[in-house]
Order: sequence, then C-alpha cells, then structure tokens
Amino acid sequence: MSTHTLSVLVEDKPGVLARISALFSRRGFNIISLAVGPTEHPDVSRMTVVVDVEELPLEQVTKQLNKLVEVLKVVELDRDSSIQRQIVLVKIRADAHTRSQVLEIVQLFRAKVVDVTPEAISVEATGNVDKIHDLLELLEPYGVKELVQSGVVALGRGSRSITDRALRTA
Amino acid sequence: MAHKAQTQSNRVEVTGAQSLILALEAVGADTVFGLPGGAILPAYDPLLDSTTVRHILVRHEQGAGHAAEGYAAATGKVGVCMATSGPGATNLVTPIADAYMDSVPIVAITGQVSSRAIGTDAFQEADIRGITMPITKHNYLVTNADDIPRVIAEAFHIAATGRPGPVLVDIAKDALQSKTTFVWPPRVSLPGYHPVIKPHAKQIREAARLIQAARRPVLYVGGGVIRAHAAEDLAAFVAATGIPVVTTLMARGAFPDSHQLHLGMPGMHGSVAAVTALQKSDLLITLGARFDDRVTGELKSFAPDAKVIHADIDPAEISKNRVADVPIVGDAKAIIADLTTAVTSGEYQADPAAYQAWRETTIGWKSTFPVGYSAPSSDALMPQYVIERLGAIAGPEAVYVPGVGQHQMWAAQFIRYERPMAFANSGGLGTMGYSVPAAMGAKVAEPDRTVWAIDGDGCFQMTNQELATCVINNIPIKIAVINNSSLGMVRQWQTLFYNERYSNTDLHTSVGMRVPDFVKLAEAYGCVGLRCESPDDVDATITKAMEINDVPVLIDFVVERDAMVWPMVAAGVSNDLIQIAKDTAPQWDREESEAMEQDLDADHDGIPSGSHRPETTA
Repeated sequence: MSTHTLSVLVEDKPGVLARISALFSRRGFNIISLAVGPTEHPDVSRMTVVVDVEELPLEQVTKQLNKLVEVLKVVELDRDSSIQRQIVLVKIRADAHTRSQVLEIVQLFRAKVVDVTPEAISVEATGNVDKIHDLLELLEPYGVKELVQSGVVALGRGSRSITDRALRTA
Repeated sequence: MAHKAQTQSNRVEVTGAQSLILALEAVGADTVFGLPGGAILPAYDPLLDSTTVRHILVRHEQGAGHAAEGYAAATGKVGVCMATSGPGATNLVTPIADAYMDSVPIVAITGQVSSRAIGTDAFQEADIRGITMPITKHNYLVTNADDIPRVIAEAFHIAATGRPGPVLVDIAKDALQSKTTFVWPPRVSLPGYHPVIKPHAKQIREAARLIQAARRPVLYVGGGVIRAHAAEDLAAFVAATGIPVVTTLMARGAFPDSHQLHLGMPGMHGSVAAVTALQKSDLLITLGARFDDRVTGELKSFAPDAKVIHADIDPAEISKNRVADVPIVGDAKAIIADLTTAVTSGEYQADPAAYQAWRETTIGWKSTFPVGYSAPSSDALMPQYVIERLGAIAGPEAVYVPGVGQHQMWAAQFIRYERPMAFANSGGLGTMGYSVPAAMGAKVAEPDRTVWAIDGDGCFQMTNQELATCVINNIPIKIAVINNSSLGMVRQWQTLFYNERYSNTDLHTSVGMRVPDFVKLAEAYGCVGLRCESPDDVDATITKAMEINDVPVLIDFVVERDAMVWPMVAAGVSNDLIQIAKDTAPQWDREESEAMEQDLDADHDGIPSGSHRPETTA
C-alpha cells in the first residue's frame, strides 16, 4: 500500500460529503484523512482525501469519484510537486519542571503555544505529515493529554490552478 | 436533452405538485407506475387530471419499480415509478438496486415528510436519499418547489444518457404543497456530468491493429450493446470480419441466435462453445460488457492468452476486473461503427480469411456440444422442453421476461433471440420477483407484442399480487410458471454441493401438496388459469394461451423437479472446468485440438501449444 493525496472539486450541495465518503467505504478504500472547505468559487468545495491504496485501485477510485454527478474534478497531488499541510492541536502535560523542555521542542518545530496552565501546555502546529509526526513523537514522553488533528490540505506548486481548469471545462 | 418544450404558457403559477406533473408531461413521460400515501398525496391530485401521463396503480411498490424497469428494458425509454415516503420508498429499494446493476434507465419519485419534519423521525420518515446513494446513478432531495422542473429534467437526462441507470427524486410534502412558478425548459446545471460518447480515434486504430493481428478473436458482447441500440452496427461488424460472437445474459438478442457465428452465452451456465472460445481466444473484443464474475469464473484463469480490447461508456468498468490492453471509452454504437470503418479500410484492414481456421473450430464446438438436456426417465415434463416450445410458438417478436433461477437460465439458453429488447431479466442483482411486474411494464410499453413472464414457483410468489394490476388495467401478459415445487437453483446446488440435503427449498407447490394452487390463484385474480403436466399437452396449452388476449393467462407447468441447468462452471473455479452434465466434462479430440493450436500459435504469438487445453478428465 502507498498513500495518495487526491484533490476533489465538488459542487457545494447538501449531501455531497456523505456521497463521497460512502463511495470510499462501499468500494473498500481506506481513508487516512479528509478535509473539506470552500474555495475561491462560491459554488465549489474542495476536498483533500488521503487514501492508502495501490496504483490500480487508485485508478478505480478516481474513476468512481469522477462518475459522481456532483464531482467536478479529481486530481492526484504528487508529494513533491505540491504543498501539503495539516494542523494539530495538542495538550501536553507540562509543569514548572518540564515546561522549558516542552517549549524548546515547540520552538524547534516553529509551533505555537496557544494556552498555558500550571499543569499543561496547548500547542498549535502546522506542517506536512512528517513534521507533525516528528513533533508528536518528541512530545509524547511528556504525556499527551489530548490531541486533535485536521485532515491534510494540499495545493499544487507553481502558477497553475486546478479550479480554473475544472470550471472552464465544466 | 429531448424535452418537448412547451412553447405556450411556459411560465405558470402552480403548486409544486402541479409543477411535478407538468414537468413529467414536458419530459415526455407517458406512464407512471405507483402507489400513493401521505407524503406523495399532493402529487396524486393533479395526476388525476393529466391527459398524457397514465398512472398505473400497483399493489406493492416493488412492483412499480420492476414495472418501470420492464418498460425501460422493452423500449429503451426512461421508466417511471412513484411511491410515498418511508415504507413506500424503501419498498422501491430492491428495484432501484436492480436497475443500478443492470444499467436500466428509471426515475423513481418519492414523497418525503415535510421539510420541517425531516430529521425528527416523523411518521413514515426514512432517509431514502441516504439509503439509495450507493444504488443510484444520482439522487435528489427537493425541499423547494421552485427546483422541481429543473430536478425532473436533470433526473431524466442523467437516467437516459451515458451509462443509463436509476435516479431517485425525493420531494418534501411542503414543496409539493407550496406555490411556485412552473418554467419550462428549466435551466439545467450539471457541470460535473459529461459522459463521453465519441470514442478516441487513436484507440480505435489501436484496436483495429490488434484485430488485424489476431487469429482467434471473439466478440464478447454485453448489455451495453442493447442499451446503445447498436445491434445493427454489431451485425455489420460481424459481416465485415467474420469474427465469432458470444452474448452475455444481459446481451441476449443483441446478435441473432440464428447466426452461424453466434456461439451462445458465456459464463457459469454458458454454452461450451462460448465458454471455450473465450478461454482459447487470443483477442477479446469486449463491447459493453464488464467481466462479471458469472462470466469470467476464476478471474486469473479467464481467457489466459487473450489480449483485451474493452469498449464501455463507463470508464470505471475498464480495467476494473481485467486489465485492458486497449481501453475505448464511448457509446457502443459509435465505437462499433468506427471499428467497422477501421477494419474495412486503411492500414489495419482485417482479412476475414485470417480467422477461417478459428471460425471453423468454434463452429465445430457449437455442433459437437450443443446446449441440450437429457431426456426424462419417465413421461415427466422437462422444464427445458416447456421453455423451448414456448419460444418456438411465441416466436422472436414476443418479449420474454424471466424471474431468477433455473428457469431464467433455461429461458436464456432455450429460447432463440433474434432481436434486441426481446429479453428482459434481472442479471446483476438476481432479483427473484422481477418477472411478473417487469412483464407488466414491458406490456404497457409494447402493447402490440406478446409478453411472456417466465417465472418460477418461488419467484412468482414474491410479486404475484401484480396480477390484480394487470387485470384491472387491461394489461394482458402471459405467465408460464415453471413449477418444480422448489427453489430450484438452490436445490440444484444442494444436489451438487450439499450432498442432496434439501434444506428449506421445498415449496410444496406441486409435489405432495399444491399450496397455493396457481390455477385457482390466477382465477381468483380474474386471469385465465391453465395447467399442463404432460409433454403431450405442452403445445396445445401454449397455443390456447396465445389465443387469449383480453385477460392475463397463467399456465402452471408442473415440471420435473430434479432437472438441472447445464452446462455449469462451479462458482469460483476456472472456466476450463466447464461440465456439460453432472461429473461430465467435454471430451475433446486431443490430436485435433493440439494441431489447431500449434498451427495458430506458429504464426502468431508464440505461446507454447497445449498450455491452455481444457481438462480432459471425465
């Protein structure tokens, strides 16, 4: 298995998220992360779906997605030629004793402290999957009290826009 | 889109319900099969006044759904069914799933509870849009009356174009009741829907190149050829190339059974000639077929030496099960026409003589291993004989609509189909109960044709209530119940794979008891009921049924219960292991077979001969 990042442009209509997530589960594909939000076009939403599949099933899932009437475009974003980011909010056990060590890690990763109490620090970090993974690994020994992550969002590098192209053919 | 645009008064102030009926009239729907209830009630009021939309009141919503399918299968037009919210809608789920599997264009319209009540678990509320998401081509929930004309126009367009399929339109009761403006034609907006019709010229050339180079090509023809109205184009292609044809269960009638190059149906219960031709082929020219497991058997040993040209209007079917060497996306009619041009002129002109040896071999298989059945030990009535005679007497202009099971396979094997849309069945989903309501729908669509429902005693009891609909609405279908007093196909598997332990397959409809008595049941509904128990009476009984055209006729054919469907490839094994009867594999003339293979391989792909010889162990 290998992970692939798909950008899916969809019409912003009720039920479209259910339709897409149902398609993944019905066809037996495993979603690692999913992020949805509006785009620069008011009627178009963009989903970034990270899936764990081989090459041939990936082709099948892309074709099945394209068959959905409300799907405008499906693009696989290559890791090297795209910017991929996720956000994590994590609450770490940190008292007067360990706080400075935790802060040092936070600074190393250019993460932000967003809340502090005598027993804990809440940290916000943004980055690609690897960076987030490394940060969490280093923070783990101090005690993760609570953790929440967004799905990955991704944008192709360069000046071209997949939304422009999709809407022109639409 | 082919709407009849209403030039006069194309903006009218109406209710949502009136808007719905006006939209149905405008898209050209002439028949709706349905059953009213609370949430859809507002739509039934203006329906009463429509002069162009005929509503046929069914006895169960499943019947409405299958009737819409039968209507669509017999004509290619979009079938329409209607039901209320909750249980009405969920009763449509089976026919919708059926239509999805077999690419049947239908539009299902359901009432929904009032938009304010959605999500509150209101009386008769079910999230039918959510329920049908994975079994529809597309579906809608309408809560604003202004959207009704656009949604109906889009629904019919989506159902009928591209790969056809079911579309569900769920309309909230308050949307039906509120005031709106009916505007036709509406502004249709489907920015994400662009079915590819015209095939790519490069792919056509590449396909023609493979066809020219092949020595053992086979046309593997699926239901897409019928949906695309491409039977004539297919006939022209075969005339130009002399390439043998197999037609899948969904494609019966796409190519005339009487044609010498038609090798029959492939698959689990296919003919030896069709199954073997695919296995030994060096090129599958796949047209509107989808490498279904009932055709391929064990996938990895299916047609092991064949390159694959796969033409389908649905890109997702291509390379889904079997990787295609040449994928062609487009409408089958356009593809076959372009292919014919490509192989009859220019660089890749095909020479029919190049396939001569192969043609003779495949035709030889056809005569050596015809689809047949063993004569009965006593004077028992064989179901195959009944179906064979039915086809012979009713002829190729009739429409045949089987249920699901043994009788369906026999109807596919023993009736000779000469034209598309003469055969409608539940192929992909395998829905018992399809026959009577689908035959009813076909008869409504094609009132001048004889329509035979060929049903089993099990299937018939699932949907026979629609006989009432047929009698009351003057829809004189004919029903042949192939009554073996059993769930016959399940019983056959119990015979073959479960040591003859007949767990829960005895239906008591003829052996020992007669519950129900189908003749009395038919009479109770106001149909004519006939019974036939002897081979000597078969022709006379069928002829009598053919003469009754004012009411539905049912014949209870009491047949031998131990009859089995042969040939058979057991589930999950290689098609090389086809059996023509219990424990009997085809006996091949080994020397002849090897000689042929060496011959062909020598001037083609160099695959060692003998590597794909069928099993000869008996």
